[in-house]
Amino acid sequence: MSVLAAIRPDSWNFPLFLHVLGAMILVGGLLTAASALAFARGEAKLLRLGYWSLLGVALPGWVLMRIGAGWIYSKEGWDDLPAGVDDPGWLVTGIVIGDAGAPILLVSLIVGGVGVYRLRQGKGSGLLKATLALSLVLLAAYVVAVWAMAGKPS
Amino acid sequence: MSFDQWILALHVLSAFAYVAGIILFWVLIAAVWKADTPDATIRLEPVVKVGNAAVGIGAGGTIVLGVWLAFSFGGYNIWDGWIIAAIVLWVISLALGQRTGVAYTQGMTKAQELQSAGQAGPSAELLAVNRTSRGLVLHFLSSVVVLLILIDMIWKPGA
Repeated sequence: MSVLAAIRPDSWNFPLFLHVLGAMILVGGLLTAASALAFARGEAKLLRLGYWSLLGVALPGWVLMRIGAGWIYSKEGWDDLPAGVDDPGWLVTGIVIGDAGAPILLVSLIVGGVGVYRLRQGKGSGLLKATLALSLVLLAAYVVAVWAMAGKPS
Repeated sequence: MSFDQWILALHVLSAFAYVAGIILFWVLIAAVWKADTPDATIRLEPVVKVGNAAVGIGAGGTIVLGVWLAFSFGGYNIWDGWIIAAIVLWVISLALGQRTGVAYTQGMTKAQELQSAGQAGPSAELLAVNRTSRGLVLHFLSSVVVLLILIDMIWKPGA
C-alpha cells in the first residue's frame, strides 16, 4: 500500500484532496450538528445551530466529497475495469455508504427544516430529535466508510 | 487486514476527528459572535467539550500513529522531508489551537462571572470578549496550518 501511495500520479492528488477535504467537512458538520442537537435540551438557539450546521456545513461537505469521489474514481480507472472484474470491497463500502448517506441527509434536513419551522411557531422540538438520530446514524456510517477507504481491508 | 492497515485507518480517522473538531469550533465562533448574555455563552459549553475531545483525540492519534507508520512502512522514513514538514506543522497547529482556546475561554469565564453576580441580561463587555479578533485570527491560522498538513499528506512532496 505504501508503494502504491508513493507512486500515485500527481494528477490524482487534487481530486483526492477534494474528496478527502469534502469528507472531513461532512464529518465535521455532522459532529457539530449532532453535538448541538444532543445538548440543546429544547433550547431553540442551540437546536437551530445544530440544524444550520447540517445544512450549511455537512451538505456542502457531502457535495464536495461526492464530486471528488467521482473524479478520483474516473482518474484511477475504476470506471474502466475489464468485464468480470469487480470493484474491491473497500471501494464498494465507500461508494455504498457515501451514496446511501445522501437520501438520509436530505431526509434529516427536510425533517429538521420542518422542526425548525415548528420551533418558530412555539411547538415542540420532536422532529429535531429525529434529525439528531439521523445525524448520529450518518456519523457512525461515515466513520465506517473512512475506516474502509483508509485501511482498504480487501 | 494487516496491523499496519489498521494503524493507517486509525491515523486517517484521527485526522478526521482533528479537522471535525476545528470545523465544530468554526461553527461555535459564528454562534458566539452574537452571544451577549451569560446564558447564551454558557449553553455552548457542552459542545465546546465535544470539540476539545475531537481535537485532543485527533491530534494525539495523528501524531502517535503517524510516527508509528513512518517507522513501520517500508517506503517511508521519519526523516523524509514531507514527514518532518507534517510534524513541524502539527506542532504549530497545536500551539495555535492552544492559544485559540485561551482566547475563547475568556468569554466563557466572563459569562460565568456575570452569571455568578446575578447579571443575566445583555452585556457589551461579554459580547466584546466573545468577538475576540485575536481568537478569530489564531483559529484561522490554525485551520490554514491543518489544511497544509492535509496537502502535505496527499502530495507527499519529495516522496
